[in-house]
Amino acid sequence: MGNRSKVIERDTVVIRFSGDSGDGMQLTGTLFSNTSALFGHDISTFPDYPAEIRAPQGTVGGVSGFQVHIGHKLINTPGDFTDVLVAMNPAAVRANARWLKTGSTIIYDSDNFTEKHILRAGYKSDPFAEDKLDSMNLIGAPITSMVKEALKDMEIDPKTVLRTKNMFALGMVYWLFDSKLKYTEDFIEEKFGKKPLVAEANSKVLRAGYYYAETIEALTPSYHVSPAPIAKGTYRNINGNQATAWGFLAAAEKAGLKLFIGTYPITPATGILEELALRKDLGVKSLQAEDEIAGICTAIGASFTGRLAVTSTSGPGLALKSEGLNLAVMTELPLVVIDVQRGGPSTGLPTKTEQSDLWQALYGRNGESPVPVLAAGTPSDCFTFAFQAAKIAIEFMTPVILLTDSYLANGSETWKIPSMKDMPSIKVPYAIKTDTEYLPYERDTKNLARTWAIPGTPGLEHRIGGLEKTIKGSVSYTPENHEYMVRMRDEKVERIVTEVPDLEVTGKKKGDMLVIGWGSTYGHIYTAVTELQEEGYKVSAAHFNYIRPLPKNTSQVFSGFGKLVVCELNTGQFANYLRMKQQKYTYHQYNRLQGLPFTVGEIKDYCKKLLEGK
Amino acid sequence: MAETNNNQYVAKDFKSDQEVRWCPGCGDHGILASLQKTMAELDIPKEKYVFVSGIGCSSRLPYYMNTYGFHGIHGRAAAIATGIKIANPELMVWEMTGDGDALAIGGNHFIHAIRRNIDIKIILFNNEIYGLTKGQYSPTSKKGLVTKTSPYGTIEESFKIGELTIGAHGRFFARTVDYNLQLSNEVYKEAAKFHGTAVVEVIQNCVIFNDGAFDAFTSKETRDDNTIVLHHGQPMIFGKNRDKGIILVNLKLKVVRLGEGGITEKDLLVHDAHEPNPGIHYRLAGMTYPDYPVAMGVIRAINDQTYDGAMLEQHVRVQAASEIKSVDDLLMSGSTWKVK
Repeated sequence: MGNRSKVIERDTVVIRFSGDSGDGMQLTGTLFSNTSALFGHDISTFPDYPAEIRAPQGTVGGVSGFQVHIGHKLINTPGDFTDVLVAMNPAAVRANARWLKTGSTIIYDSDNFTEKHILRAGYKSDPFAEDKLDSMNLIGAPITSMVKEALKDMEIDPKTVLRTKNMFALGMVYWLFDSKLKYTEDFIEEKFGKKPLVAEANSKVLRAGYYYAETIEALTPSYHVSPAPIAKGTYRNINGNQATAWGFLAAAEKAGLKLFIGTYPITPATGILEELALRKDLGVKSLQAEDEIAGICTAIGASFTGRLAVTSTSGPGLALKSEGLNLAVMTELPLVVIDVQRGGPSTGLPTKTEQSDLWQALYGRNGESPVPVLAAGTPSDCFTFAFQAAKIAIEFMTPVILLTDSYLANGSETWKIPSMKDMPSIKVPYAIKTDTEYLPYERDTKNLARTWAIPGTPGLEHRIGGLEKTIKGSVSYTPENHEYMVRMRDEKVERIVTEVPDLEVTGKKKGDMLVIGWGSTYGHIYTAVTELQEEGYKVSAAHFNYIRPLPKNTSQVFSGFGKLVVCELNTGQFANYLRMKQQKYTYHQYNRLQGLPFTVGEIKDYCKKLLEGK
Repeated sequence: MAETNNNQYVAKDFKSDQEVRWCPGCGDHGILASLQKTMAELDIPKEKYVFVSGIGCSSRLPYYMNTYGFHGIHGRAAAIATGIKIANPELMVWEMTGDGDALAIGGNHFIHAIRRNIDIKIILFNNEIYGLTKGQYSPTSKKGLVTKTSPYGTIEESFKIGELTIGAHGRFFARTVDYNLQLSNEVYKEAAKFHGTAVVEVIQNCVIFNDGAFDAFTSKETRDDNTIVLHHGQPMIFGKNRDKGIILVNLKLKVVRLGEGGITEKDLLVHDAHEPNPGIHYRLAGMTYPDYPVAMGVIRAINDQTYDGAMLEQHVRVQAASEIKSVDDLLMSGSTWKVK
């Protein structure tokens, strides 16, 4: 594979593909990730793109990025800083300048570094000098003109020619990492199978990029990352939305129920509906409803008829669904609501990540409205927690909120594929016809779940609804009955604690500091804490996936540490929740609100300062 | 759904043990009685019925039917009913709703259920007032109506339910009156037989907040002269003495007297409920007293594919073609690799 004068062996490398939102950077990043994963690297990815489909060209606001972290060791985050940046224009340099490691390689399309583009990106004349990037390994390649040259003999329109620029850049990166082109070539063939000319053009440009990189001396050193020591098994890449959708399919199959999704498209949750709409082969009924409210209400209707019903949304949609959610609380029907959180309030930052819907999930409804809340920690974790959310919903006859977020939804990682026979069983509390009258709100003495009488079953005809009821299902405004039912609904949700695994500690069970997180910050906190441990600090981590109810050993875990730090991407919603639920502890907070995941470095810095009393 | 009744039900079998709490004299009692009678006469096992509702006086009806029932939240009955029918197409879903529930807060779900042609029967109790909140105007209140929230009269146009239904691509629209048990029974049976979204507007008198709003065409003295009961295939004749009819002149409906100006029965419009072109149906549904007689009976009934039916067909097609038969198959599909 050509001459390589200098090869750097690395444990992990972070690469970021960056360009205009129409430059195909998301696809380029995905193809590179999959190629790396197939080679045996562990990977973690982070797409970061604007809300506008085609934002103004060449502006910083229109930059779309895809970051991938590949490793010979196990990877838990997409990486704080990049080793290699592919910048299709000056705006991409500007947007990413502060995320580059010293000595990074920047591959850029020199054809796009014209005066017009430079000014539009907010530079005066020399982007690299103005952002103090002169000392980086700068590789300017005239990508636009090379692509035109490579395809000059083909009869394709100029627009299609320019669209292949991303393949040229990808080809260069493949050479840099000594990667194989086969996966990408197969992909091109499948995607453009019906347009052989377009397929040929893309393949040609991919190879042109690869050979160009080989030819120019400037592209050394190149990187070599050995495969990761991954456990035996069959693997695939998966992103959070896909994992969520598949987790529900797994739960439905395990419970022997058909899956129904009624929902409305909203960024960044739409991928869940798109995935499930494909799965008519597995009997999924999917309905793109007229609005968020109809989404949850159709799901409630489906649940009433004995289906595993789910509805997906993001923060603004959860607000619209809150009345419907309460109807499920009152009727005690199984339902899973997935909130793929994004930056708020209002429309906020539709494509950016944040953990600021926690309080909305816990409290955002009228009346006493207990709802279990779960949160997934990594993209593939979404499978497990979608499954768990459905299991709890069915076995306890209750709506459940599952929190993920934009970072998990779009981010992907390698995932060891589970076998359905190893998944836990799900017991459906069907009502059975007896000689006595059916009582819709009669409860299991142990977990307090009512039974599920499915319409179509003779002899179990009954009426339920949003008005307060007696055990018999009659409307009742009796003071004692209301108080009794409120307390029963609450107690039922508390008893879910029997299904919640104990809180685990990363590191020793006693120490100077416990770093607490929940949901999608798992990878960053885990990495920060293990690095601090390697540096000799007496720090451990505890991560929550069950928010309501909290694991029963929570206080026991907290009691082993001098300082408790809660890290979250909001102003302190979980920290304040803990202040209410575990009152005897003092909580420190580390909070960020920039629409981005944490960096490992900033968590470490904060912890060190706190430990050193600064 | 044959006329013979193998289930041997009587109306009483559909009465639940709940005390009916509507005001004495309310039109809702008439609607409940007609529905119970209709259910008993249909050849459908009782456990296959689901009565779904939103919020309002109308929406209490499911509690009084001894079937499966779901009392929803304000405006959302159509969405809940949609979920029920799609999830289990074997059920026969009846939605009970009112002019506030279906046309104000629930207007969006109402039009989309109709557009999709979900196989549900929507019984829309139209009393042109908000009853349960004690007398505010509704989207069907006549312009100028004085109510608690319009002390100087309303200043907004009202919806005509038939026009809205047909405008939303409705395939079935019928109208009846709360206490006209015979007509109601006939119309509910037609709705039950129909595959698709069947909208039935029931002219319903609110004895407390809008009493007598419809007397001009529903009372014993007025109804024969001021309404016309449409039957498919029959000429449009009405009046106590069967001496009035409807013709079409310059694309407009016109009321005529038989015998006047040489008009005979042959000149009258013949009702064709199955005509896909909505033009005449739209005009018939929009007839209001005193300019016209108010049209009763089945105004439009067009057979078309239902959403739930189309979804089942799509499932069969995709399942036959797909190699994915289980979740294990799915998890192993696409790009995977083995680590040994």
